[in-house]
Amino acid sequence: MSDIPAPAHQPFRLSMLLYDRRYRSMTIQVVVFILVMAAGWWLVDNTIRNLQALGKDFNFGFLFQRSGYDIGSPPIPYNSDDTHLRAAVVGLLNTVIISILGCIAATFLGTAVGIARLSNNWLFARLMTIYVEMFRNIPLLLWILIVYALLTEILPAPAAYRGEDPEWSKILFGNVALTNRYTAIPSIGLTNDPGMLDLGFRIMINWATIAFAVVLIGGWLVRRVVLNRAQAAQDRTGERPTTWWINLAIMTVPSLLLIWYFGLHLIQPELTGFNFSGGLNLQNGFVALWLALTLYTGAFIAEIVRAGILSVSKGQTEAAFALGLQPNRTMNLVILPQALRVIIPPLTSQYLNLTKNSSLAIAVAYMDLRGTLGGTTLNQTGRELEAILLMMLIYLALSLLISAGMNAFNARVKLKER
Amino acid sequence: MKRSVFLGSVAAFVAASGGAALAAEGDTLKAVQDRGELICGVNTGLVGFAAPDASGNWTGFDIAICKAVAAAVLGDPNKVKYVPTTGQTRFTALSSGEVDVLARNSTWTFSRDTDLALDFIGVNYYDGQGFMVSKDLGVTSAKELDGATICIQTGTTTELNLADYFKANNMAYQPVNIDSNAEGEQQYMAGACDAYTTDASGLAATRAAFADPENHVILPEIVSKEPLGPAVRHGDNNWGDIVRWTLNALIAAEEYGVTSTNIEELASNSENPEVQRLLGSSDDLGAMIGLDKDWAKRAIMASGNYGEIFAKTIGEETPIGLARGLNAQWTQGGLLYAPPFR
Repeated sequence: MSDIPAPAHQPFRLSMLLYDRRYRSMTIQVVVFILVMAAGWWLVDNTIRNLQALGKDFNFGFLFQRSGYDIGSPPIPYNSDDTHLRAAVVGLLNTVIISILGCIAATFLGTAVGIARLSNNWLFARLMTIYVEMFRNIPLLLWILIVYALLTEILPAPAAYRGEDPEWSKILFGNVALTNRYTAIPSIGLTNDPGMLDLGFRIMINWATIAFAVVLIGGWLVRRVVLNRAQAAQDRTGERPTTWWINLAIMTVPSLLLIWYFGLHLIQPELTGFNFSGGLNLQNGFVALWLALTLYTGAFIAEIVRAGILSVSKGQTEAAFALGLQPNRTMNLVILPQALRVIIPPLTSQYLNLTKNSSLAIAVAYMDLRGTLGGTTLNQTGRELEAILLMMLIYLALSLLISAGMNAFNARVKLKER
Repeated sequence: MKRSVFLGSVAAFVAASGGAALAAEGDTLKAVQDRGELICGVNTGLVGFAAPDASGNWTGFDIAICKAVAAAVLGDPNKVKYVPTTGQTRFTALSSGEVDVLARNSTWTFSRDTDLALDFIGVNYYDGQGFMVSKDLGVTSAKELDGATICIQTGTTTELNLADYFKANNMAYQPVNIDSNAEGEQQYMAGACDAYTTDASGLAATRAAFADPENHVILPEIVSKEPLGPAVRHGDNNWGDIVRWTLNALIAAEEYGVTSTNIEELASNSENPEVQRLLGSSDDLGAMIGLDKDWAKRAIMASGNYGEIFAKTIGEETPIGLARGLNAQWTQGGLLYAPPFR
């Protein structure tokens, strides 16, 4: 404002707040601020008074009471003697698991379909178009219910696998049993079990898992060193040393040794009593939600990927072809890296959508955060306001985390101005 | 429908923060009379207790309570708007003022009566939780259900009883949390769960709607006490009294032999002073709760006395076929006992 010389002979008058351009914007901002604060105050005050009128207080003590209900297949040890807080954590973990798995699967599917939609194969491209239009134009809840209903109605009860000559038999070389309750898959067993590491709060991690994680991360770091040295050698001498067999060995040999040492093997699911046990039972709610979220979000991601690819000028492709690059290397080395810059910001939105959409789990009895904290806990304790507020906060935090991660990734791939 | 659960909670939030406070502190009786309509929270569909018939009219055991209250308060048993609620939305609907009275086979418990700020005004059905299984499963006792997958309506007391029962008997189970009786029925019929558990009356009602009820058994174990009754909000005692005494009037009517057929006759020439007070021929009990003299008479005429309602909706003559059992009058060895009208 300093660059606008104020006429000295004009004294300040109240009407200038409205009619003088120098003050008007300030006046508007102050008024809007006061209105927003007043609205917020009114909402809070009204809530407090109405809660009082209902004879309810506002406290989060219920989180530390015994929950009293069970959750099917919790990712961490949980039973009805645990607190509502732990039930909420179980729900949160389920939300996180379905979100991560959904994001990964949807990204792969979306990228493949997005590229396929640009294919020169007319039929293939049109089929992909049909997929995209089908999924993004029908509400997600319907897809979830359709997939769930199909799984429940078409597949048999576990009892169909019983007897000498069962009606149904396990598929994929006798490894996987599809039932109308869950998909039973083999679990991983160890003959030489190193025991569990207790992280506190009855959350355990097997030492073998840690060993594999260390070996894989270590292998990846060593591989980077090898690649850097190869690059340096190429820069110095013009000839690149052969590294593929070293890399292969680094990534596989330690893992194979660990597999041999721990005696890794698959435990087949067996029908005992009412249900399969021994293996891992992926509940149909989980499978249906994962499939539906993947297919639905994948359709949106496909469009984003297609748009990203189309945003790269055709000259780039032609230049790459002129240099003799094959089509798939052109895609991987020239087009996708440039397309990523366009793709990532809207992709972030899709990840956020998927995470929030996972709360539709309630429709298929998958106990996510909405099912535990916002469902059973809310109902059994009657703490609507607290539970909903807490849930809003947690979803907000999750979304901000995803945004932060994706923004950091975006900063790495975006065009560097030199 | 699932969304409605969430929307219900949001509605409660908005109602609590917005201006709909009148329902909590205000005069529900006046609100109902000004509106000319009673809003009754009911089950989304449980044959015999509350379900719309082929022509869309709600009928059932719980519906009869709504009708009796409407008749007492508004003079017309049909001036009721039925709001279907799920196990999850019911209490929120009541405490947010969306419904005036909740007649939805809800169990009277300590925490609901106190912490949820509801008032259960009595018991219209003494129930207990049971299990239903398919006959070809070969199970004859709930104790044999170790490892079974069990369908359970979320947000109910049965959900908590189930956890307690399996824990007490050192058995494991896989819960499938469903949202309404219809969904539970569908999952159970598809074989997605081995057993379905809810109140024994609910199981009988659900089974009656099956195409092959003879292929399903209700196991003998009753694992809990489930006194089911209508509920109103805390804070409006006069309204609570009206609903409570309407229910009591239905129960007392059966005890004194007042039925929908002989009520006019008894109103004019009954010798029994209790019946005279009940039907408003002597004293004016109605004035004490803000109603006229004939309130109880209209309530009883709406669908008959307690025994008539029971026989018509869920009794042994109906497909649901429930015996009176605990729900017989105290004079018949049951638990029904209306306090005196004086």
